[in-house]
Amino acid sequence: MGPNQKELARMENISMEFPGVKALDGVSFNVLEGEIHALVGENGAGKSTLIKVLMGVYTPTTGTLYINGKQARYRGPADAIAQGLGAVYQDITMAAHLTVGENFFLGHLPVKGGKVDWKRIFADSQATLDDLKINIDSRTLVRDLTIGQQEMVSIAKIIHQKANVIVFDEPTALLTNEEVEILFNLIGDLKKRGFGIIYISHRMEEIFQLCDRVTILKNGAYVDTLNVSETNEKELVSLMVGRSVEDMYGIKHAQRGDVKLEVRNLTGARFKDISFQVRKGEIFGMFGLIGAGRTEICRAIFGADKYESGEVLIDGKPVHNRKPLDGIHNSIAFLTEDRRKEGLCGQLSVMRNINLASYPRIAKNGVINLKKEARRAEQYVDSLSIKTPDIEFRVRNLSGGNQQKVVIGRWMCCDSDIFIFDEPTVGVDVGAKVEIYKLIEGLIADGKAVILISSYLPEVMGLSDRLMVMYEGKQTGIIERDEFYNADGKLREDVVLGMAAGIKQE
Amino acid sequence: MSNSANTAKTARKPRRLFAGYGVVFMVLIAVFVIMSIVNRNFMTYSNIYNLARSTAVYGIVALAMTFVIVTGGIDLSVGTHVGLAGMVVTLLTVYGGWNIFLAIFVALLSCAVAGIINGVLIHDGKLPPFIATMGMMTIVRAVILLISDARNISGLDKAFTDFAKSTVGFPGVDQFGNPTTVGIPVMALVWVILIVISWLMFRYTTFGRNVFACGSNVDAARLSGISVRKTTYGVYLLSGVYCGIGGILLTSRMASGIPTLGDGYEMDAIAASVIGGASMSGGEGYIGGTVVGSILIATIDNVGTLFGLNSNYTDIIIGALIVASVLIDRFKRR
Repeated sequence: MGPNQKELARMENISMEFPGVKALDGVSFNVLEGEIHALVGENGAGKSTLIKVLMGVYTPTTGTLYINGKQARYRGPADAIAQGLGAVYQDITMAAHLTVGENFFLGHLPVKGGKVDWKRIFADSQATLDDLKINIDSRTLVRDLTIGQQEMVSIAKIIHQKANVIVFDEPTALLTNEEVEILFNLIGDLKKRGFGIIYISHRMEEIFQLCDRVTILKNGAYVDTLNVSETNEKELVSLMVGRSVEDMYGIKHAQRGDVKLEVRNLTGARFKDISFQVRKGEIFGMFGLIGAGRTEICRAIFGADKYESGEVLIDGKPVHNRKPLDGIHNSIAFLTEDRRKEGLCGQLSVMRNINLASYPRIAKNGVINLKKEARRAEQYVDSLSIKTPDIEFRVRNLSGGNQQKVVIGRWMCCDSDIFIFDEPTVGVDVGAKVEIYKLIEGLIADGKAVILISSYLPEVMGLSDRLMVMYEGKQTGIIERDEFYNADGKLREDVVLGMAAGIKQE
Repeated sequence: MSNSANTAKTARKPRRLFAGYGVVFMVLIAVFVIMSIVNRNFMTYSNIYNLARSTAVYGIVALAMTFVIVTGGIDLSVGTHVGLAGMVVTLLTVYGGWNIFLAIFVALLSCAVAGIINGVLIHDGKLPPFIATMGMMTIVRAVILLISDARNISGLDKAFTDFAKSTVGFPGVDQFGNPTTVGIPVMALVWVILIVISWLMFRYTTFGRNVFACGSNVDAARLSGISVRKTTYGVYLLSGVYCGIGGILLTSRMASGIPTLGDGYEMDAIAASVIGGASMSGGEGYIGGTVVGSILIATIDNVGTLFGLNSNYTDIIIGALIVASVLIDRFKRR
């Protein structure tokens, strides 16, 4: 970045008030030609609001916008697009039943001689795709593309609309690792071509891999703008939450007891010959790239999926969970990775969601004890400090962190002894992350056995007592906590990453 | 933004009695109040008595539909369940000379079997409920027409046909001074009993909770140890049995076996559920709401009759009501 880079967009002193809430308070932000500018902050810090102001969805209460050096006034989102702004949201909005080419021209299909000019549609859109080296045929139906490909197409569409500033809002949330790599190459390419890029993400590692500058927001206020090369993760997190990274993962480990869960030579469709033990009071981490088979192993142990051969033992006794109910009876709690798809009943109340897995426990002959139902919900709302107006509140209206705590509460009230947490902090802000870590700390202090699946290495290394690393369905090793660090006290992330990538270690 | 939700000590908010269908309830009250002022014949014992009796079967079918809708499904075969039960009872008693109770039992059993087949097609065959129950509806209606030779069948036992006309209440006199029973029609009483049973199921039973959980998020329900199979079979079975009861009542009232009995009931049942606050995408629905919805639809019909309106006008009002009740709900959510 230097003085010769042109400023593409600038927001000055933006404030945004909603009835009763000040969502933004005098925030300034700019993006230059050929830079990737990260925007970070906890959930509710004001990132989305700021982007919506930039994209013309909201009109700010006070403050000014400059696009290409000229003051801009929008009457609506269409004006922002006309000024050269574009945004890629995590839930991509395209017409799934139409072709890629049609999606490029949606709402303004070119017409020639009274008929739709199909030739131009497909040729034009193909030219943009080819130019960006996106290997997709413009005649493909959007619904036949993977999420990653759809994201590429929506980027190409924005560029086709002559945008020069592109906002990425959590673009990697739904992508596989390979797709992330392709996306990052594309974003790097756009940067070289002089586009201004605004990048929003919860994943710190992405910011350090990709971005040039980073602006931190907190509670709707501007905190600072830093050059990424001159800062580090610790500093960023502490600016975001006023808390240091050491504190975050600094939980008290418990005395490890007898073996609670043992898996012997477990083999299924997506994993092979897996053996490990988890002790009471232990956090057993599982690390691997997406698709390494971690989730599949845990689903098989719990009874959500079948396995082909091998043995699962609880307290030394062989068990075979054929359905989730078996797993629950055998005292296993399984917190799924995809909270929205597999965890929450959105329309239902906090109370019903918390009790969901344990109604048989508070019912006699199918008749529920309503007092117990309410009492248990209140108990976990209080002990997990779930922020909700009341227990009849619908969970879909809660924030991500509170939704996650509701699901955790559901499993805690099953009195389980084995807790499987699959990516428990995805999409959760830093404050709620720390609360979830404290909950795990409480579980092991009670002698529970915990399996923690995480794709975020600092998290899984920071918390685990032992760590199993996987690569393409096979375990590549189990490391004890005292082997996590080098002689000079540095985390050996490189070693673990090597194991996860299938590289043989000495 | 995020800080607006307070961490107040989570007191249990008192349940609001008409949560989810308050507006519709107000509309119903308003219709009753206005009608009793405008038309002297509306708030009379005989009109309300007839209203209750003619609403009963619709109301029962709507209860069944609400269970299905809350699981996120739909049962288009409710009307043919009604027809099937009626025809089975008629044929077994008139031509077979069966005992009436045994015939009723077999009729309900056949509806239960039809319901279970729906459940199997939907859960195990993974068919969309719309398709599975549309197939069932088409087949069962054709079977009814075949076994009845598409003709009305008379000759039902008088004890049976008197049942729907009877009243539970006190001895009194009718408008001509003849002795009669003053009270609630038996048909409405059966409906009320089913309302209470349904309400208790929704509020107090694990089955009720599972119905909501499966409708809200079937994967989450399964992973929480809920048997999606039992719940799906359960609601379609319940739908078959409820509608079978409705069909028997209706046949008793009509005093003959009618092959087209129950035709089109599915739409009224869906309308009553939706007006009463049920969401077609599942996870939401109210027994009280469905009852209010059923009464409202029947009342609008009744009002039309009292004023001698062309029934097409009342249909316009009911159609508008369906759309309006969902619209109001959408706006409240914003």
